[in-house]
Amino acid sequence: MGYALNFNLIWRHFDKLWGGLLLSLELAVISIAVGIVIGLVLAVWYVSAGRVVRATIAAYVEFIRNVPLILLVYLVFYGLPTVVDLAYSAPTSFVLTLSVYSGAYLVEVFRSGLEAVPRGQLDAGKAIGLTPWQRLLHVRLPTMLRITLPALSNTFISLFKDTSIASVISVPELTYGAQWINFNTFRIVEVYLVTTAMYLVTGYALLFALRLVERRFRAAR
Amino acid sequence: MLSQILYALPFLAQGFAVTLWVSLLVVVLSLIVGVLLGVGLVYGPAPLRWVVRIFSDTIRGIPILVLMFFVYYGLPATGLHLPSFWAAVLALTLFKTAQVVEYVRGAVASIPKGQSEAAMAIGLTFSQRLTSVIFPQAFRRFLPPWINGVTDAVKGSALVSLLGITDLMQAINQVIGRTYEAMPLYILGALIYFAVNYALSLASRRLERRFAFIRE
Repeated sequence: MGYALNFNLIWRHFDKLWGGLLLSLELAVISIAVGIVIGLVLAVWYVSAGRVVRATIAAYVEFIRNVPLILLVYLVFYGLPTVVDLAYSAPTSFVLTLSVYSGAYLVEVFRSGLEAVPRGQLDAGKAIGLTPWQRLLHVRLPTMLRITLPALSNTFISLFKDTSIASVISVPELTYGAQWINFNTFRIVEVYLVTTAMYLVTGYALLFALRLVERRFRAAR
Repeated sequence: MLSQILYALPFLAQGFAVTLWVSLLVVVLSLIVGVLLGVGLVYGPAPLRWVVRIFSDTIRGIPILVLMFFVYYGLPATGLHLPSFWAAVLALTLFKTAQVVEYVRGAVASIPKGQSEAAMAIGLTFSQRLTSVIFPQAFRRFLPPWINGVTDAVKGSALVSLLGITDLMQAINQVIGRTYEAMPLYILGALIYFAVNYALSLASRRLERRFAFIRE
């Protein structure tokens, strides 16, 4: 085993990893923000819509959930510009993909959340004379958000990990930084040890922070 | 365009066979190791439980892509030279094993305590309690999420294309490299993956409904 650990080169290029980690987080945050909007709109629409709309939304959800993310990333970055007249950078393309991807997962989360809102709350809203719109805004959505908070944080953390796929279209996020150091310094074990640690620490720190938020907003049972 | 795609179909079929082969290997290997570790996590002695817990939480905490690069590029440094195919299978299996461990833990934990207390009361030994009382019930809880999780193995297998293995994903990219028909081929590929995974998730949902009679 002629391999001696030497982290010097990793620290020399640490800016690649650190900058990559920040970009990973940025990609995840933007994507979940857009994904939440997509998910909310489609979920609210779904529960009150007719069969055609429901089938269309279900088709979107099932399609995205059953296709590898890497294929979707390629499709949007290399495929889409050949049929529509659009030009976008790799990061934009990835954020677009990950937003549509997370949107599909969040429709499901919000839809089941909406169904979990106790019937009595809606009846109570009706009884005090709230309009359907007010019932949605002040009764259904707030309760639904509290119910779905744990699922939302899980989705966010798994999106954070999914940003590593952006490396395949050369978006300089954390995994791309790791590969760059891997290919340029050959300190292979060291760079992946550090990268693994960075993903783990960030992921669990996010989990811990989000659990605190959840505890603060936990739905009353 | 159509003729080019028809011409490429046998090549894509070969890639698809590799995708299925990788997925099958990963699913079978991770099932065996995952169930053993999962049972160890629930019933094993404390040091074993810690090791499995740390293994599972670490593997599930990092992107599958990083795990794959780590195994593929890192293994040779330890003196172990695996062909890229087996390095990819190993990495995906590690990832899937951690999932299976959690399914097993969840399934066993969902069986009410009264069941094993009752089994104890009628004098069954530990291994009898497991094989005749806990496992038959836990199996029904385990199966639906596990089948659904097989889709993760199929989707994850697309990453082996990054190690130069000609699976369906890589075959599609190679055909696009020659024909420049990016959109039709990506859509074709997406439909193939979709067909496999959707069938699996339908099966999972059907089983879940069938086993819904088990209550907490």
